[in-house]
Amino acid sequence: MKKGFIFNIQRYSLHDGPGIRTTIFFKGCPLSCWWCQNPESISPEADIMRQPERCLGCAACMEVCPEEAIRVGETGPVINRDLCARCLKCAGVCPAEALEAVGKEYTVEELVKEALKDRFIFDKSGGGITFSGGEPLMQPDFLEEALKAFNREEVHTVIDTSGCAPWAVLERIADRADLFLYDLKLADDLESRKFTGMSNRLGIDNLKKLVEKGAWIKVRMPVIPTINDHDKNIDAVAELLKECGFDELELMPYHNLGTAKYTRLDLEYRPGTIDTPAAEELNRIKDRFKTQGLKILSEDD
Amino acid sequence: MSEEIRGMNERVRILRRQSENTVPAITAERALLVTEAYRRYEGKVPAPMLRALTFKHLMENKNICINEDELIVGERGTGPQATPTYPELCCHTLDDLDVINNRKIISFEVGDDVKKIQEETIIPYWQGRSMRDKIFSRMSREWLDCYEAGLFTEFMEQRAPGHTVAGDKIYKKGMFGLKKEIAKVLSGLDFANDPEAVSKSEQLEAMSVCADALVAFAGRHAEKARELADAEKDARRKQELQQIAAACERVPAHSPRNFREALQYYWFVHLGVVTELNTWDAFCPGRLDQHLAPFYYRGLEDGSLTRERARELLECFWIKFNNQPAPPKVGITLQESGTYTDFANINLGGVRPDGSDGVNDVTYLLLEVIDEMRLLQPSTNVQVSKKSPDLFLKKAGEVIRKGWGQPSVFNVEAVISELLAQGKSLIDARCGGISGCVETGAFGRESYILTGYFNLVKILEITLNGGKNPADGKMLGLDTGNPEQFESFNQLLEVFEKQLRYLIDIKIAGNHVIEKLYAEQMPAPFLSLIIDDCIDNGRDYNAGGARYNTNYIQGVGIGTITDSLSSLKKHIFEEKNFTWKELIELLSSNFQNGEDKRQFLIRKTPHYGNDDDYADPIMQEVFKRFHRTVDGRRTARGGTYRINMLPTTCHVYFGSVIGATPDGRPAGMPLSEGISPAQGVDLNGPTAVIKSASKMDHLLMGGTLLNMKFTPRVLAGNKGLDSLTQLIRSYFILDGHHIQFNVIDADTLCEAQKSPEQYRNLIVRVAGYSDYFNNLSEQLQNEIIARTAHELG
Repeated sequence: MKKGFIFNIQRYSLHDGPGIRTTIFFKGCPLSCWWCQNPESISPEADIMRQPERCLGCAACMEVCPEEAIRVGETGPVINRDLCARCLKCAGVCPAEALEAVGKEYTVEELVKEALKDRFIFDKSGGGITFSGGEPLMQPDFLEEALKAFNREEVHTVIDTSGCAPWAVLERIADRADLFLYDLKLADDLESRKFTGMSNRLGIDNLKKLVEKGAWIKVRMPVIPTINDHDKNIDAVAELLKECGFDELELMPYHNLGTAKYTRLDLEYRPGTIDTPAAEELNRIKDRFKTQGLKILSEDD
Repeated sequence: MSEEIRGMNERVRILRRQSENTVPAITAERALLVTEAYRRYEGKVPAPMLRALTFKHLMENKNICINEDELIVGERGTGPQATPTYPELCCHTLDDLDVINNRKIISFEVGDDVKKIQEETIIPYWQGRSMRDKIFSRMSREWLDCYEAGLFTEFMEQRAPGHTVAGDKIYKKGMFGLKKEIAKVLSGLDFANDPEAVSKSEQLEAMSVCADALVAFAGRHAEKARELADAEKDARRKQELQQIAAACERVPAHSPRNFREALQYYWFVHLGVVTELNTWDAFCPGRLDQHLAPFYYRGLEDGSLTRERARELLECFWIKFNNQPAPPKVGITLQESGTYTDFANINLGGVRPDGSDGVNDVTYLLLEVIDEMRLLQPSTNVQVSKKSPDLFLKKAGEVIRKGWGQPSVFNVEAVISELLAQGKSLIDARCGGISGCVETGAFGRESYILTGYFNLVKILEITLNGGKNPADGKMLGLDTGNPEQFESFNQLLEVFEKQLRYLIDIKIAGNHVIEKLYAEQMPAPFLSLIIDDCIDNGRDYNAGGARYNTNYIQGVGIGTITDSLSSLKKHIFEEKNFTWKELIELLSSNFQNGEDKRQFLIRKTPHYGNDDDYADPIMQEVFKRFHRTVDGRRTARGGTYRINMLPTTCHVYFGSVIGATPDGRPAGMPLSEGISPAQGVDLNGPTAVIKSASKMDHLLMGGTLLNMKFTPRVLAGNKGLDSLTQLIRSYFILDGHHIQFNVIDADTLCEAQKSPEQYRNLIVRVAGYSDYFNNLSEQLQNEIIARTAHELG
């Protein structure tokens, strides 16, 4: 049986679907959005996160590394990422979790056991399981099996996706999920290619097909100042949604809570700094969508 | 945060300000009056009558205080925040008074006149004769060694048993009615065939004297109010003073006729209880919303009351509680309970005696008052049953998420099950609730005494040291040898239980002596009037006169001991990452040169609080052993021993007497509090915490305390509020007893620690109560900062 590669199972999730949920974060994403606040989710392989301030200087990581990719200096461990073979041995020996492995394999059975630990509160709050990532559609076989298992348990399921996968994948699972949280970031293809690393065609086509298939869908748009908050994008997104028959949209204001993770992964945070959107700016965007005839849902709805 | 102005109108705002801004001070009034009474009567009358005559002397002579513009009258001291002492329980030395005056937190002003009276009158009479002196002189060497080492504390060494709550009888019967009951029991005594008839008659006559004394006390308030009314120029106040006088002439002699008289009656009873003796947890009206509801609805119907008028009376009533700080504590008792809060804990909601939902409009009105007043006292809690409307829980949640820790939340079905499991009747269980922090009791009918905190982690420490206290090498427990001989984890648990049983035996043997001392020498005839069935039994509250009598021993440090045992199981017995010798050395050196090993222990040990199948069963093992060691034993008063799990501030004190522990906790650091996970180790969010916590069988105990800290963002908006109420309901489905919340950012707390003057009004939840952040010791402040704050993922 195929295993899934998961980097986090987050209990008490309040903003990834109705009720109180457990969100399963799949590792690996076809996009590489500039503003991504889960950069550890992008690579489909395991990662090592570095938190040098925790380092005790014991150098166990250096000794255990078969590639000699680690040096431990005054400021903690430094990894030569080109040499690193992602064997994760260093994280295994670090006593202080200054080096941590990201990504863990689960069988469907293991995942169900873990994810249903909060079942008692799903029942009370109308919650359930949310598959997120990364991109859950990148592990279609595992996702399908996991969905089947949760269907058997009669647990509410949500898929949080950009839809960037072959239609055949979505088609397989469309009937098995109770709700899709569908991310729409940029309507313009060129801008999409620039800021997410991929054309938006597939995502948009799949959205239309999913609508036709009769799936429950809630479209969500992250609001990223200077990147997708301009009028042209707002109008085009609104147009697209209306074309697909939607009359509402949830906005997710950008936050920068994950920016520190770039340093931990030795990755560059391309936008430099982005401010979280100001309230008046959000209101302007909301109003513009409203004049286009769309109802705006907040995280509260 | 500058000073807040709170209260619905000018009157309340002024009274609240007076309560908040008056510095607590010691008054010698009570000590002097008690000494006079003892000089006059001691040795001439039986003990119950001595206590009754002392009470009468107090009620007839203490200062009568009616504060400007107040509507509910009566103070325990000479005025707001003036705090009496109880030399018959604890005779403070002059050094004690200096400490009380000078200490940085929880201080009381001690004037030179008070010191002079103490030196010249109080100490000469009471030295060596207070309960405190008598208790310590009668404890065994083993008991004293354990007490000094911090293995357990002793509640009764400077305060009296109390730990009880008023039921509903005072709203139906006046003191004269109670006297009639007494007379009836007296007339039925059979002096020829009942060998206890003499002692019963002594008790009953003492109770009767106390009933008259409280009526006299109220009468003096009426007189004073009439005097003030005569001199008053303002017509409105004149009328108010006349109304006060009329109320004080009616209650407590007779039953109350309206909302105001009901509040005034309770307040006189409250003052009676806390003046008679320094009872633990002061006293409490319990189900205030249910008691007041008939008066409230009748008043609205006949037009004598409006909702706003009821609110004003309640806000005035609130201030009376806040005017009475817990009398000064010293020594270990201060360390286990370092707060001005005296733990009157008002219960809202719940169910009625017939099992129907108890929420009514007074419930909602009280929630508004709690929110508006934002005072440390009284403490408040909501009793949530499956029948409680969601609106009730949401209204409570709206107050909770403001972040100052009140109200706390209780599970009515759990409380009822606990009481039934202890053998109470269903009706008595439904009329029960909680008092103090989280303690379950049958209101108006039970004496449920906390006898002392028990340091579970210290027992593990001495188990790992062959019965010796590693701090000084003294043998405290049994000589169980070197831990290297333990062949299995299970054997370690068995030796732990042997030590536990030995030490519990020492504690309980001491308790028997103390109970007998109180029963014989320090009866409480006034409190006995209020709690059923003391009158019918002709027996004092302190001698087992109540319908139900329970003694508690409170376990502290369940999180820390679970994690420590989990560490030993994994790293010594299973993975053999350490030898015993290495580990013991590491602990005795407090991880000196072993920070990597300490980090390893922290990060590679499964912890309680994560819904973890390795750690949580270990918690269940400890719980099971503690429970079976204590539960069901007999008390000297004919009651039963039970356990509960709460710490007040004792987890800080108990941590300070323990060296480094196998979970990586450095020497001297606080233990985990209540049944909460150790600070900062619960990493799977709030649902995992409540899952872990509910693996303990709450229904076998009389109270557990679970603290949870959220950042404000998590609980924002409708969804945040919904998730809070759903979390509570879900915990209660799992039979959780209690949950309470701090809603604050760690940054704010750190900032408050740096600039205390900027955060004078910052209130946080400590254990079963809230306190000003500035009133906490630095260790306790740090402990609260270190608790895991649940954030959004």
